[in-house]
Amino acid sequence: MTKNITIAHGNGGEENNELIKNIFYKHFENDILAKSEDAAVIEDGKLAFTTDSFTVSPLFFPGGDIGKLAVCGTCNDLAMMGAKPKYITCSVIIEEGFSTRELEKVVRSMKKELEINGAMVVSGDTKVVPKGSVDKLFINTTGIGEIEYSGISASKLQEGMSILLSRDIGCHGATIFAAREGIELESSLQTDCASLYPQVKALIDAGINIVAMRDATRGGVSAVLNEWAKSSDVCIEVNEESIPVQEEVKGICEMLGFEAMDLANEGTFVLAVSKEDETKALEVLQSTHATSALIATVSQQHKGRVILNSSWGTKRFLDLPTGELLPRIC
Amino acid sequence: MAELELKNLYDDFRNGKTLQAYAKIIAEDAAKLEKPINIMEVCGGHTHSIMKFGLPQLMPENINFIHGPGCPVCIMPKERIDHAYVLAMQKDVILVTLGDMIKVPGSNGSLQDARAKGADVRFVYSPMECLKIAQENPEKTVIFFAIGFETTTPMTAVLLDQVIKQEIENILFHINHVTVPEVMKELIDSRDIHVDSYNNKIDAFLGPSHVSVISGAKIYEEFPRDYNRPVVVSGFEPVDVMQGISMVVKQFVEGRCELEIQYKRVVNHEGNLNSQKLMQTYFDKVSLFRWRGLGNVPNSGLKLKEAFAKYDAEVIYEEALPIAEIEDHKLCICGDILRGMAKPPECTIFGTACKPTTPIGSCMVSSEGACAAYYKYGNLI
Repeated sequence: MTKNITIAHGNGGEENNELIKNIFYKHFENDILAKSEDAAVIEDGKLAFTTDSFTVSPLFFPGGDIGKLAVCGTCNDLAMMGAKPKYITCSVIIEEGFSTRELEKVVRSMKKELEINGAMVVSGDTKVVPKGSVDKLFINTTGIGEIEYSGISASKLQEGMSILLSRDIGCHGATIFAAREGIELESSLQTDCASLYPQVKALIDAGINIVAMRDATRGGVSAVLNEWAKSSDVCIEVNEESIPVQEEVKGICEMLGFEAMDLANEGTFVLAVSKEDETKALEVLQSTHATSALIATVSQQHKGRVILNSSWGTKRFLDLPTGELLPRIC
Repeated sequence: MAELELKNLYDDFRNGKTLQAYAKIIAEDAAKLEKPINIMEVCGGHTHSIMKFGLPQLMPENINFIHGPGCPVCIMPKERIDHAYVLAMQKDVILVTLGDMIKVPGSNGSLQDARAKGADVRFVYSPMECLKIAQENPEKTVIFFAIGFETTTPMTAVLLDQVIKQEIENILFHINHVTVPEVMKELIDSRDIHVDSYNNKIDAFLGPSHVSVISGAKIYEEFPRDYNRPVVVSGFEPVDVMQGISMVVKQFVEGRCELEIQYKRVVNHEGNLNSQKLMQTYFDKVSLFRWRGLGNVPNSGLKLKEAFAKYDAEVIYEEALPIAEIEDHKLCICGDILRGMAKPPECTIFGTACKPTTPIGSCMVSSEGACAAYYKYGNLI
């Protein structure tokens, strides 16, 4: 570990994992935590339990705001474990001087998103701190969900299985980057921020046998696929051409030197199913997003690794994103 | 005429069928060669493309890539990074630089570490952002830590031009601009301190092309003429690189040794004369610039002309800045890698002690460095 925490330790990639492993897992060690899933499965598999904090800047961005994000983030972590989001807590840390009107706007959009999930906020906390102690507004949400479909796990992938994406990738990361100060870009891009429970329910109702499911937040699709390949000790072979990426996201990646696979998403998930369920699962996903696609298959070629196959016959490894996401120089 | 979209700039240049067609042409021509040829892509942008798109896998056995020193972040010696760190830690200073410069570790840490300790370090996409930062923070001194080859130098010159014209008092410059032809000569001419020889295996160059958008293809004229090394100035998309390689191979097959331009859609012989004039207005050559991994390279660096000393952070903060040179790690073989005498996996610390998260040598520092590209895209398949 480095002596001081840097922004890279929050990147959802390699440094982030190192931080969690060397400090938090070391001291909090227990069987439930060690599973390292999106949400903890507790009470004999009846409930899913998770928490997430939100510090996004800017607070309002095309297609969403920190409030929508705070509900989607936690509810999606529950949904990814096959749970229906039920009870949510809401803690806010507010910087002195923050606008009341904006705060209400944030809370209103939280309410709207709670309705989509059929969940409610049942407890909360507010703290106001002196100017400069936080950047405007931080929100933490914790959620409990009722498990409707059990057995979802990152460690059950087997040779021959298929991996699908619920929609085109990278919109959230690209939108936030374009909206940041210092990068003057105009685009009509919108975040993908959305509640995933309705899509998960549709998959369950269609009788799909869900093997693994994870929303591709920080660290993007790269991080999810790498975690799965390691947890299940298999090789994931991605057909690079089949990865759905919007032209505008591609453009931003080209200009700044990013990979769409590394960008964060807030309403996009990766799904692993058996070969037999592939077509049906894709149909269900496409009824919400026409861009959803089959992107990879599971093999034994290089265990624990993710391989990208190009349309011209070359291969390369896809690794976890490392460092802070920064534009390349020239 | 149909409207030009951003995707037109890359879509067709990544076409699988076109790439395979070029692979076939290269293989057919290469079969006529008597001995293998080693082509150095000088620019880090090329290295990145070559590795990202897996192009070595499309090459016949007798065509090899040597990955060059053209990554401005990688070649920055530690003492210059220490300058950035020291400047960032000065009172009331905002240090501004480009992209992944902030990740590179110096002897006290990286600019990222400085930021974690409270320094105000910002990265910008365009140096012109400095004007806004300086305006919003009138009580602070904004120091632009300028890096890059001929490609980024004009942007620094334009910023200085504006600073002077708008009489802005709180922007200073720390100049680390370097030039391409000088280091190419050094790679052919110089003595390698590790193996104590003048050896290099470079048979031809893929010329850095965004450099030539500014300086023209003319800067490479001497390589075919005086050094017997063909140069093809190539674009960065995989089809560009494959066509560039094909043009190099054809020169060998046909017994030619010339300067050619593949990237004709943006590069010409003369370059951008306005940019060249701006650069000449504000910059002088420094007689020696120390490159990480290569040592001192004559006439390869730029500095502000004396007339503009009052904008030069190296002059203003002279007392605070360390001067001692810091040598590369003994086990690091970046110098050999840059001369084509070794490949990254041959280094004993590659992927073990030296990784992108903890780089020891220059080539591991940025994604454009040879070692980092090998590590990330794993040319192991």
